[in-house]
Amino acid sequence: MNVVILGCGRVGSTLARLMYKDGHAVTIVDLQSEAFRRLGTKFKGQRIVGNGIDEDVLRRAGIEQADIFVAVSQGDNRNIMAAQIARHVFGVEKVIARIYDPIRADRYRQLGIVTLCTTTIASGLIRDFAGNGEWGLAKDYSQEYITLSA
Amino acid sequence: MYVIIVGGGNVGYYLAKQLVSAKHEVLLLEKDRARYRTISEELGEVVMQGDGCEVAQQTEAGFGRADAVVAVTGSDDDNLVVCQMAKLEHNVPRTISRVNDPRNEKLFHKLGVDATVSSTKIIYNLIEQEVGGGEMIPLAALNRGNIEIVEVEIGARSPVLDKEIRSLALPPEALIISVIRNGHAILPAADTAFTIGDSVVALVNADREHELRHVFSDGV
Repeated sequence: MNVVILGCGRVGSTLARLMYKDGHAVTIVDLQSEAFRRLGTKFKGQRIVGNGIDEDVLRRAGIEQADIFVAVSQGDNRNIMAAQIARHVFGVEKVIARIYDPIRADRYRQLGIVTLCTTTIASGLIRDFAGNGEWGLAKDYSQEYITLSA
Repeated sequence: MYVIIVGGGNVGYYLAKQLVSAKHEVLLLEKDRARYRTISEELGEVVMQGDGCEVAQQTEAGFGRADAVVAVTGSDDDNLVVCQMAKLEHNVPRTISRVNDPRNEKLFHKLGVDATVSSTKIIYNLIEQEVGGGEMIPLAALNRGNIEIVEVEIGARSPVLDKEIRSLALPPEALIISVIRNGHAILPAADTAFTIGDSVVALVNADREHELRHVFSDGV
């Protein structure tokens, strides 16, 4: 698979290394070249320095041939915009965005982007584990948050 | 009219002042505390400190009854999300976004923003008008941007007006592939002459683009 990842933080760099190890063609994009240090020496995928909401940068990262696009940069809005560009401009089949804000994660999920809200996942898992010593399912928690704040 | 402005930079600040003096009801949302203090000293209760992308703060600011939401922060991604959430959550009838990268205008319209303003593009167009037009709009890139398909509009002051294609000093590695006239695409021949309003579509090697631009504009 051709994988394009936006954001080379802890999650982005780990995902890049995992998928590269699995044999996928991985390209990772970050605003700062220093971020690529997290990739270590074994990762031989492509590294692109640039702004992930710039279509030219995404094109350089090979988004036109991408099977999957993952936005895991630090900014929720950057991830949201990049994911929508991947979906609506380049027609990437699978688009995933990490969004910290549970409300935004829910709304953009309704707009057809796969969103991953690590805020509700982590807090939900911990709450369950604290209660009964068992790990719940990550996907169950986001809906609960929505009812919580309603 | 109730207008909510998100982003208290220079654009937001002067816009708020102007709307207030035109007797509109205005709320200016600024995320940064220090900046908020500075502008609220002058504008008073018109300014609220908060993140215009957060639904809870949108609700508090009264997005639900706003006639228009204007996003003028310096980040295109923030402006987009402000407008989209305003529509999705609060059904705001009119959302207006500043875009810093002019190429985002088309994208924002597609994603549901009602109107966009790009100062970059406005200034660029003014300069182009000064030098006689010939703005070249990239339509597509082939071979990863090595070869481009571009479009040029023929204006009243265009140097190629009424000229036939055979008389143009086209650069090598440039090819006029179509002339769009009154909504119909014409296959160009050597004796095709340009008239006002024509859109010329050309294939050009990226390195030669500035030479092609020169043929269609009389300035610089």
